[in-house]
Amino acid sequence: MSTGINWLKYSSPQAFYPLAGHLIPWFACVAVALMGVGLYMGFFVAPTDFQQGEAYRIIFVHVPAAWMSMFLYVVMAVWAGIGMGLNARLSFMMAQAIAPTGAMFTFLALLTGAMWGKPTWGAWWVWDARLTSELILLFQYAGVMLLRTSIDDVRRADRASAVFALVGVVNVPIIYFSVQWWNTLHQGASVSMATGSKMASTMLTAMLLMTVAFWLYSIAVILARVRCVMIERESSPVWNDEKPAVIQETVEAR
Amino acid sequence: MSGSSMWEAVSGIIRRDLLLAMRRRSDAAMSVFFLVIVVSLFPLGVGPEPAVLRTIGPGVLWVAALLACLLSLGRVFTADYLDGVLEQMVLIPQPLALLVGGKVVAHWVISGFPIVLLSPLLGLQFGLSGESLGVLVMSLLLGTPTLSMIGAIGAALVLGVRGSGLLVALLVLPLYVPVLIFGAGAVTSSMAGIGGEANLSLLGACLVLSLFLAPWATAAALRIALE
Repeated sequence: MSTGINWLKYSSPQAFYPLAGHLIPWFACVAVALMGVGLYMGFFVAPTDFQQGEAYRIIFVHVPAAWMSMFLYVVMAVWAGIGMGLNARLSFMMAQAIAPTGAMFTFLALLTGAMWGKPTWGAWWVWDARLTSELILLFQYAGVMLLRTSIDDVRRADRASAVFALVGVVNVPIIYFSVQWWNTLHQGASVSMATGSKMASTMLTAMLLMTVAFWLYSIAVILARVRCVMIERESSPVWNDEKPAVIQETVEAR
Repeated sequence: MSGSSMWEAVSGIIRRDLLLAMRRRSDAAMSVFFLVIVVSLFPLGVGPEPAVLRTIGPGVLWVAALLACLLSLGRVFTADYLDGVLEQMVLIPQPLALLVGGKVVAHWVISGFPIVLLSPLLGLQFGLSGESLGVLVMSLLLGTPTLSMIGAIGAALVLGVRGSGLLVALLVLPLYVPVLIFGAGAVTSSMAGIGGEANLSLLGACLVLSLFLAPWATAAALRIALE
C-alpha cells in the first residue's frame, strides 16, 4: 500500500465495524499485560512512602483513573463537537460509547480517593475543591447519558447530549487547576511536564504504566461498545457478519 | 442588517414576555412564594438557635434561590414551543442567540429579580447583619442572571422531552454549583470579616462568561429541539 489508507473510509459505520473488531483484541491484550506489570511494580517493587506508609499505593489506580476521567470527558466532547460540525454519525456513536467508561473512571477515582483519604486524612470524604469538582464531573457524565436515554429520536438525542457535553467542558480545567487555584486539602500534582516528577522513578514508572494500561483498556471497551451501538441503531445490519474483502486486506497490510 | 433592527427585535421580545408575565402575575409570584416557604422551613427543621441559623443562612438562601430559579425554567420556552412562536423566532433574520438573550433577560426580571429584592428580608430571618445583607443582595444580583443564563440551556435541551422537569434539574444543577459556591462564599466570608470582594468578582466573571457563551448554546439547543 504505497498510497496509504483512506482514513475517511472508516468514518462510515459499515467500514468501521469490522476494523474495530480487529483492533479490540490487540488493545485488550496489551492493556491487561501492562496493567499486570504496572500493578506488580506498584505493589511490590515501588518503595514504601516514608510519610504515608503502604496506604499510598492506591495512587497507582487513583491517579490514572482521575486522569482518564477528565481526558475521556474531553475526548467525548471532541467527538460530540466533530459530530455537530461535520454531522457525522460515527462521531456521535463514539461520544455515546465513551460516556459510560468515563463515568466508571470518575467513580473509580472517587472511590479510591475515599479509600486513600480514610487512613491519610482521617475522613472518607472532605468537601475539597478537587473532590467536589470531580463529583460534578460524575453528575455531568450522568446528565449526558440520561439526556440521551430520555430522548427517543436518535438524531435529536445525539445532538442534544453533544451540546450538553460541550457546555460541561468548562468543568474540566476547573478540576485540573482546582488544587492550584484554591488552597485545599487535596495535594497538588507530583508529576508535571515542566519540572519533572517529585517521586521515586519506580513509582513514576508504575503510575505511567497504569495510565497507558487504562488508556488502552478504554479504547478496547469503547470500540466494543461502539460496535454494540451500531448494531442497536441499525435495524437490519447486513454487514455485521461479513467482512468486506477490502477492509480485511487493509487491516492485514498494516 | 442594522443594529437598530436587532435591538428592536430583542426589546420587542423582552417587552412581550414581560407583558405576558404581567397578565398572569400568579405565575411569577409562585417561584417567590416557593423561595419564602423553603427558606422558612429550615429554622423549623434545624431549630431556632441564632448562631446555627446565622451559619447556615447564606447557604440556605442561596440553595433556595437556586431551586426557585430551577422551578421557573419550564416557563422560559415551553409556552412558545407549544404554540409555535419559537419556530417563528428561529425563522426571523435576527440572530437566534440574541433573541434567546432577550428571553433570558425577561425570565430573570420575572423570576430572578424578585428574589434579589426579597433576599434582605429573608436574610434578617437568619440573623444576618447589615454588611452581610448588602453582600447577599450583591451576590444574588450578580448570581441569579447567571442561573437564568445556564438554566436556559437546560430548558432548551429538554423541550418536549418526557419527564423534562426532573431531567432539567439533573442537567442544570451540576452546572449551578460554581455559582452556589461563590455566592454563598461571598456572604460567608463577609460575615467572617474577610470581605466578599473576591467571591463577588468570581461571580461577576461567571456572569460575563455565561452572558457570552450561554445564548449560543441555548440557540443551538433550540434548533435541535425544533428540527
